[in-house]
Amino acid sequence: MMLSKGLKRKREEEEEEEPEKEALAVDTWWLDPRLPAVAQAPPAVPSNSLLDLSVLKLHHSLRQSEPDLRHLVLLVNTLRRIQASMEPEATLPSVPSPPEAPGVAADSLLASSDAALSASMASLLEDLSHIEGLSQAPQPLVDEGPPGRPSGGAPPGLGALDLLGPATGCLLDDELKGLFEDIDTSMYDSELWAPASEGLKPGPEDGPGKEEGLELDEAQLDYLLDVLVGTQALERPPGPGR
Amino acid sequence: MAGAGGGNDIQWCFSQVKGAVDDDVAEDIISTVEFNHSGELLATGDKGGRVVIFQQEQENKIQSHSRGEYNVYSTFQSHEPEFDYLKSLEIEEKINKIRWLPQKNAAQFLLSTNDKTIKLWKISERDKRPEGYNLKEEDGRYRDPTTVTTLRVPVFRPMDLMVEASPRRIFANAHTYHINSISINSDYETYLSADDLRINLWHLEITDRSFNIVDIKPANMEELTEVITAAEFHPNSCNTFVYSSSKGTIRLCDMRASALCDRHSKLFEEPEDPSNRSFFSEIISSISDVKFSHSGRYMMTRDYLSVKIWDLNMENRPVETYQVHEYLRSKLCSLYENDCIFDKFECCWNGSDSVVMTGSYNNFFRMFDRNTKRDITLEASRENNKPRTVLKPRKVCASGKRKKDEISVDSLDFNKKILHTAWHPKENIIAVATTNNLYIFQDKVN
Repeated sequence: MMLSKGLKRKREEEEEEEPEKEALAVDTWWLDPRLPAVAQAPPAVPSNSLLDLSVLKLHHSLRQSEPDLRHLVLLVNTLRRIQASMEPEATLPSVPSPPEAPGVAADSLLASSDAALSASMASLLEDLSHIEGLSQAPQPLVDEGPPGRPSGGAPPGLGALDLLGPATGCLLDDELKGLFEDIDTSMYDSELWAPASEGLKPGPEDGPGKEEGLELDEAQLDYLLDVLVGTQALERPPGPGR
Repeated sequence: MAGAGGGNDIQWCFSQVKGAVDDDVAEDIISTVEFNHSGELLATGDKGGRVVIFQQEQENKIQSHSRGEYNVYSTFQSHEPEFDYLKSLEIEEKINKIRWLPQKNAAQFLLSTNDKTIKLWKISERDKRPEGYNLKEEDGRYRDPTTVTTLRVPVFRPMDLMVEASPRRIFANAHTYHINSISINSDYETYLSADDLRINLWHLEITDRSFNIVDIKPANMEELTEVITAAEFHPNSCNTFVYSSSKGTIRLCDMRASALCDRHSKLFEEPEDPSNRSFFSEIISSISDVKFSHSGRYMMTRDYLSVKIWDLNMENRPVETYQVHEYLRSKLCSLYENDCIFDKFECCWNGSDSVVMTGSYNNFFRMFDRNTKRDITLEASRENNKPRTVLKPRKVCASGKRKKDEISVDSLDFNKKILHTAWHPKENIIAVATTNNLYIFQDKVN
């Protein structure tokens, strides 16, 4: 809140109070039983990152007896965007973006001019920073220098997965595992640890592994969406590299 | 029109408010508001499946200080909660939309829909009853025929007005997903109903069959990335309709082209502004309402932050864009967190297509005059509830020092949202629904 240095002390006090009110309002938002909003349950996994929030919302939405399809589709698409932006992109080096940026992929979203890219990333950062800083996931990639490439010679597959560490892939995976306990988890295990299968691009060091991890999550989301609308009996999802 | 100063500016006055003072009852949440074609009747639907119809008093126009008040005309339970045994799901009775049919005889007809079933209701008046039967007493008991010594002809005598609503057609079992729109064709014989993935065409007389005219369900549901959010028939061309999507596109379809209108005749989409890109770009571009102008030349769409007017002859961008609450753009993260970013606001035209209106938060609603390019923000609140009190324009302070009478963005109550508004087809009378109250405002009549 802007504090005015004006003459009216009373108004300053009022304005000082407001942020507290707002913070309070946001907290009780989750608990207000009268609120008709969808995401009402107190966060099972308290987290401030946009990614975690989105996964939580998705989980909550899927838990409804008949989820709102529009809500679900928008959530899934947003989640894909978030995941895509956290995926390091091999051809990023030429981007003159601020080094603190998370490993933003130069996907179609942000692939316009450099100025536009910086502006977009600035707004992304702004958005993300509203939730009290990023999750730990992207930081290891960031620290390891532009464009977030940890080390040149890491082999694909298992090696790349080692590098993930607390990064997005495993974090997401662990959380998803916890969230979707009642779903047959054998698909996680075999898929995640399989050697790079066909359809994945060779080359980028942690590319395949990371992609696998993230693609799996996407596949999971798609699969869940499909199960949700009842068009597909519970079965193993298609492999990565769709 | 709307705004300060100028010869033709409207001053909006409070007229009436309907509904309970304390808003604790979930079933009373208003879910749709619609004037009929003459404006004499105003229908509301609520979460509890009820329809309440208000009728305008016919006042002596010469002496009136204001236009007639709206009083309750009929209340009926349109939809009941149902249970889908196959999917083990409860079907909500909440009324998603009401659409009036044009009046053809003494009775009124409307379509009301919940998530799955559309119903055609007949609302008719009874203000006389036959009296003077020979074989029946006035209370209905039968008389002994042997006591009848003279015969008389029964006559109609006036009685207290009774308004009856009866369901004439039930259009069921045609939607797998949730119905978001119904729209009556200008032929007044057919109508469309749209759910998240499909649009069906019905004949008003036929309930056991409908034609699927749009189907965007992908063969593989994993590929689903877009849903239908609203649909409407063109007001004059009975072969033309539009539907909007969660990705911010509008497709115009011509039913003469093919039976299944999966291929659009026109695609309306505005390219994204790269400087405004964020993770939430898609969510805020999702169109929550689409409405043709009365003339049929334009259509209006509502997305999370703006109202856009499209010329049907120009697909690549809207001809006018009005920012409803641009100060929320920097708050999208919080609004995503509390799910407000998914709120679906509706919009409406005035009778002459010169002003458009839509709702916002804090019980604010906004009007945009297309001619003067002026806009106004008003509030629906019981604090201004003296009839003929002129509403004071409100202003939200986005940043910086808040002026007197301004409200700062952080003080806005996001629980108080105006999602449904309606404008009388001929006069400057508007109906604005807060969570469970209906406000009626009129322009100041001197």
